Amino acid sequence: MKRRNLLQLGGATAGLTLAGIPLELLAAGKKGGVINVALQPEPPSIMIGTIQNGPALLVGGNIYEGLLSYDEQLAPQPSLATAWTVSPDGLTYVFKLKPNVRWHDGKPFTAADVVFSIDVFLRKTHARARSNMAVVQSIREVDPLTVEFKLKQPFGPFLGIFPANGMPMVPKHIYEGAADFLKHPAHATPIGTGPFKFKEWARASYIQLVRNDDYHVKDAPLVDSLYFHVIPDAASRANAFESGKIDVLPGGSVEYFDVARLAKLPGVVVTTKGWEMFAPLSWIVINNRKAPMDNVKFRQALSLALDREAMRKVAWYGYAEVPNGPFNRHLKYARADLPKLARDKDKAKQLLADVGYKGEPLRLLPLPYGETWQRLAEITRQNLAEVGIKVELAPTDVAGWNQRLNEWDFDLAFNFLYQHGDAALGVARNYTTSNIEKGSPFNNVEGYSNPKVDALFDQGQKELDPAKRQAIYFEVQKLLVDEMPVAWLHELNFPTVYRARVNNPINSGVGLNDGFAKAWLA
Amino acid sequence: MKRTQFMVKRVLQGLIAILLIATVNFMLVRAAPGDPVSVMAGEAGASDAQFVAQLRAQFGLDKPITTQLATYLGKVVQLDLGYSYRQQQPVLKLILDRLPATLLLTGSAFVLSLIFGITLGALSARKAGTWVDSAISLVALVFYATPLYWLALMAVLVFTVQLDWLPGFGFSTVGSGATGLALAWDIAQHLVLPVLTLALFYMAVYARMTRAAMLEVAQMDFVKTARAKGVKPGRILRAHVLRNALLPVVTLAGIQAGGLIGGAVLTETVFAWPGLGRLMFDALLQRDYSLLLGTFLVTAAMAVLFNLITDLVYTLVDPRIEL
Repeated sequence: MKRRNLLQLGGATAGLTLAGIPLELLAAGKKGGVINVALQPEPPSIMIGTIQNGPALLVGGNIYEGLLSYDEQLAPQPSLATAWTVSPDGLTYVFKLKPNVRWHDGKPFTAADVVFSIDVFLRKTHARARSNMAVVQSIREVDPLTVEFKLKQPFGPFLGIFPANGMPMVPKHIYEGAADFLKHPAHATPIGTGPFKFKEWARASYIQLVRNDDYHVKDAPLVDSLYFHVIPDAASRANAFESGKIDVLPGGSVEYFDVARLAKLPGVVVTTKGWEMFAPLSWIVINNRKAPMDNVKFRQALSLALDREAMRKVAWYGYAEVPNGPFNRHLKYARADLPKLARDKDKAKQLLADVGYKGEPLRLLPLPYGETWQRLAEITRQNLAEVGIKVELAPTDVAGWNQRLNEWDFDLAFNFLYQHGDAALGVARNYTTSNIEKGSPFNNVEGYSNPKVDALFDQGQKELDPAKRQAIYFEVQKLLVDEMPVAWLHELNFPTVYRARVNNPINSGVGLNDGFAKAWLA
Repeated sequence: MKRTQFMVKRVLQGLIAILLIATVNFMLVRAAPGDPVSVMAGEAGASDAQFVAQLRAQFGLDKPITTQLATYLGKVVQLDLGYSYRQQQPVLKLILDRLPATLLLTGSAFVLSLIFGITLGALSARKAGTWVDSAISLVALVFYATPLYWLALMAVLVFTVQLDWLPGFGFSTVGSGATGLALAWDIAQHLVLPVLTLALFYMAVYARMTRAAMLEVAQMDFVKTARAKGVKPGRILRAHVLRNALLPVVTLAGIQAGGLIGGAVLTETVFAWPGLGRLMFDALLQRDYSLLLGTFLVTAAMAVLFNLITDLVYTLVDPRIEL
């Protein structure tokens, strides 16, 4: 009961200060307090050099840091590196590290840690970091505060690959010489350079982090402690927020109808910021290997049959935008001049007649991530039925879904992927021929292959001049929209729901995954 | 002597059953699509052949399935439940960590439902046909028919969100630093809603069962004889009717007790209770084979054990039953 009163009081004061005082005066923030965050599912580990699922990144982003962080426009910002230079040929990058940075156990952070993290540790354990580092010829410690990267070929998005979630710095003095980086006792007590230190993990209940008093950024962090509460049921998470036990619901924590409900409560803020870096885009994967989906006209018909606007309103409660192609608008070089993907039933029927489709039933795999995706699957089936495409839903759980996509055992399947700020990092993998490989649901699962598209993505990745990159990616977007290898559905704007008394929970393009260093409580 | 023979025979039977169950479970779990590696790779949002191969080798999934089964059974015989690579902890430790919270929840619910169920059932039988009987039957029917999940959510909405009387999530107040009596009181408060939710269903079942059995027994000749002899009604009810009516209740209680360890997935999920049911459910979704098989094995062993105990209790309740 006391707690409840306290919360109401907190809400009231936050309202006053926000209304009365200009934000810059609050920038310094107040020290102290605890922030409670919902966490689901419980991650297997929060050592984000080895585990990269969403909940692990959410917690681990407070403990570990990358060389760079990124603002909402995705421009690189200093983090563990304070300055960086690029040689004119684009083959040599030199990073200056921040001096006097210490690991949570007190040991200094130096260039040796950077070289070890990237060249030794992450190359073994981190699939995304490994593929991003494929262009790197060598990483060298020039002096204890300088690191030099030599590239095999120019790599346009190079400065975009250093956020904590994609390239976390791990302590060399702890992991050096270990036989198996994936299984190491030190993972249980993670040591980073970040604003918060690991304190306690009560399995199935909560993870507690405490303020790092030795943090290298002045006046940060501001709160004393972070609790990440494991609450397995989505409806319970909404109730926990409403009852005051939880202060922050990260994107995707509760069903969208609950977001709409919670947004109306007093002292509650809903924001879609903080996902600019991830830029999620959803689509229906179309198995291009099988008839009739191997016919571009059939794929176009399928896309034209979809009522993305209705899905956006009904299933996503408005927290999604209809895209115009394969690029989320937050991505660099996303085209603004292409028309939004729209519904045209007559044209779809015409195309189907041209193809000679006889109503052979197709199997559609819904995403097993809760109500919203289930509704999307139902709307899709309805939409497709209206133009004469027969669809059977094949519901499965997460493991089954992964398995089916890994083995290309589907006709149509829902999927959504993060685009990681740059087409070379988060888009090319879904459409280039070299990415057709069983065993991953995130590569070119549809089996689309077009030498022209391959060539353009290859040029785009090697090009350094932004204007030329833009021209290349503009062309590839048009080409892909014409060929419709998959049916893009929505740019997803995951809403973060939090109490107004929590200030500054999100202050970069990486959002909550960048940690709560600047957050403070009114 | 007969008793010892019976026990030895049943224990041996039980052990064979458990081994069979372990084998069948192993095959069943593998029949589900996907494996722990595909789940972990999927969660990471990025994977490549090297990552997948690395994990498969680490989990021992690269060996032929018969070899895996042989290794598993060999370990089970030595009471080694294996290692959960996902959680990076031994399975036995994971299970033991969750055991206290689980037993506290299911045990409290078990005792509560038995006491109140039998009492209400007996009361209802005694007052058969009156408004008391109708009221108890109605309430029992409502709790019997209401889905547990809905009941749990409503309990949280009313008592936690609206009234703010009781905590609705977790095992204790996180970060309170309470110890000793204060901690016990805190846990007790957290226990109220999940235990009630879980107990109400079984309470309803026991009440209905006790009532029906008592009314049936009350018609029997020995009860009439007792009444004719002039035995007091209270004693007839307790010693003659209730005792004989308890057999079906014991059977059901045995089944409920066998599930004590398995926990209560739904209740634990809604109330974020750190119990075994959730551990098992998460292990299933994540295809954490060794953990899943470990929890299955422990629950199977418990079911076998409580079957045996139930049989022994029968002989106590009704001495005519022979082992």
